[in-house]
Amino acid sequence: MTTTAPEAVTSSELLSVVASRELASRRTVFAGIGLPTLATELAHLTVAPQIEVVYESGVCGAHPSHLPETIADAVLISGAEAVLSMPALFGCVLQGGHIDVGFLGAAQIDRWGNLNTSVIGDWESPTVRLPGSGGAVEVMANSHEVFVVMRRHNPRSFTGTLDFCTTPGPDRAIAEGIRPLGAGVTRVITELGILARSGVGEELRLVAVHPGVTVDQVREATGWDLRIADSVATVPPPTEAELRLLREDVDPGRVYLR
Amino acid sequence: MSMKEAVAAFVHDGATVSIEGFTHLVPTAAGHEIIRQGRKDLTVVRMTADIVVDQMIAAGCVSRLVSSFVGNSSAGSLGELRRRIERADPAPLAFEEYSHYGMVCRYLAGSQRLPFYPLRSYGGSDLPSVNSDLRKVTSPYPGPDGQQEQIYVVPPVNPDVTIVHAQRADRRGNTQIWGLTGIQAEAVYAADRAIVVVEEVVEDEVVRSDPNRTLVPSHAVDAVVVCPRGAHPSFAQGYYDRDNAFYRAWSHISKDPERLREWLAEWVYGTADHAEYVDKLGEDFWAGLAVGEALSEPVNYGRRL
Repeated sequence: MTTTAPEAVTSSELLSVVASRELASRRTVFAGIGLPTLATELAHLTVAPQIEVVYESGVCGAHPSHLPETIADAVLISGAEAVLSMPALFGCVLQGGHIDVGFLGAAQIDRWGNLNTSVIGDWESPTVRLPGSGGAVEVMANSHEVFVVMRRHNPRSFTGTLDFCTTPGPDRAIAEGIRPLGAGVTRVITELGILARSGVGEELRLVAVHPGVTVDQVREATGWDLRIADSVATVPPPTEAELRLLREDVDPGRVYLR
Repeated sequence: MSMKEAVAAFVHDGATVSIEGFTHLVPTAAGHEIIRQGRKDLTVVRMTADIVVDQMIAAGCVSRLVSSFVGNSSAGSLGELRRRIERADPAPLAFEEYSHYGMVCRYLAGSQRLPFYPLRSYGGSDLPSVNSDLRKVTSPYPGPDGQQEQIYVVPPVNPDVTIVHAQRADRRGNTQIWGLTGIQAEAVYAADRAIVVVEEVVEDEVVRSDPNRTLVPSHAVDAVVVCPRGAHPSFAQGYYDRDNAFYRAWSHISKDPERLREWLAEWVYGTADHAEYVDKLGEDFWAGLAVGEALSEPVNYGRRL
């Protein structure tokens, strides 16, 4: 038994560990680089050894020799199980319904899990021009579930009204007479806790907080009148084993672990 | 054909120019030559508008951008693009915003000369409110439940010219790409003219020993330009690695208009062609991006006895 205090857990470590646990029993995950890489790699070593990560660049079943720096990193291609063209990736894999969980990030999220990655302010003359959708519209419309990981939980990001809805969840699509394949956002993992919804017609609810975080703190950090689950769990903190795997096996060079 | 000749012949002021390559094989050298030749009023079509697009915008070549992601990969922002869109500084930039599959479907429709292409995206999104080319139609066929189905469609894109970068081609332009193949083939077929920039031209027998690797056959290619290391700072699988440090540096360079102008003056206007740019970076620099071998196993195509 070690008697020295473990190195303080960083928010990247916390978010990666919590997200990795949510991947238990999932098979195909559509993920970007950064926190989703950490989460999926850790899940691969712990709760989901069968997991297959699909990247937006077209890579399926990567076996990288080094930690990738982008979704198009050369190390993801050498030794991969498949590399697909864009029409195959978006048309057949995503729109064909082969993705269990898609990972997305956003500048803004609302109570239904609709996302904004286009602009802060007015689209025509924005205060901040953000990168836009990329494949997020398709990930949301076609993955069976979507997990959102957001480092910052504050009322500007968790907003009552999106400045612009780039990436709609199924509720907005259905209101327009379009039937998307998936359930939309089912988990939002933040530095304060976990919000969840099971699918169409449900608002996000606070279902768990990290140790030391109160329900009121989360309510204040959320820009809408946040629904709270009947019993709010406390997220079990990262175990020593999870932290060791993350720090020593997944990201020893601390590329994404901050 | 030299890069100078190809750009002079096929990229005209006011043209719609598609530049593709999904992070891999970005035709940077071609973009730089367009800047050197001072093209104006271009509509640039590119899924992932990145560093080379930011540079072309800064050089005053671009008046309209059609894209589904405007960012410096995972390394930050595009300073010039943001100034143009956020503050019309020094001039406004017309921007058509899509999602990735929306762009893919535009190329699919364009390459097949179809009037539109349907996709299961955009329902509930605000994107159609700022892009009138995203239109909803009623499917002529009943949905799985027998009910009438609504679906979004996108129009074809038919660029005047598409430029792609590739690992190798034969002299006639049969072009082979491996690693990330993106949307290059469809973008070439969608265009009236196509320029393929390659790391090397190889003997016909090399291409014909592995015909499945040919992504773009010569009948779709109008010009083959040999330009080693022409994708820098992006990469060519098996030839050189991505210059991640430059991607990170670009966010700082482009944030400051003065610094960006100095960069263009030194590295684009200050070099006669891409060979000079490559020399200026120096062999030590290129050694840092060198890659080792990871050969594919040969396949047996067989021959009749």
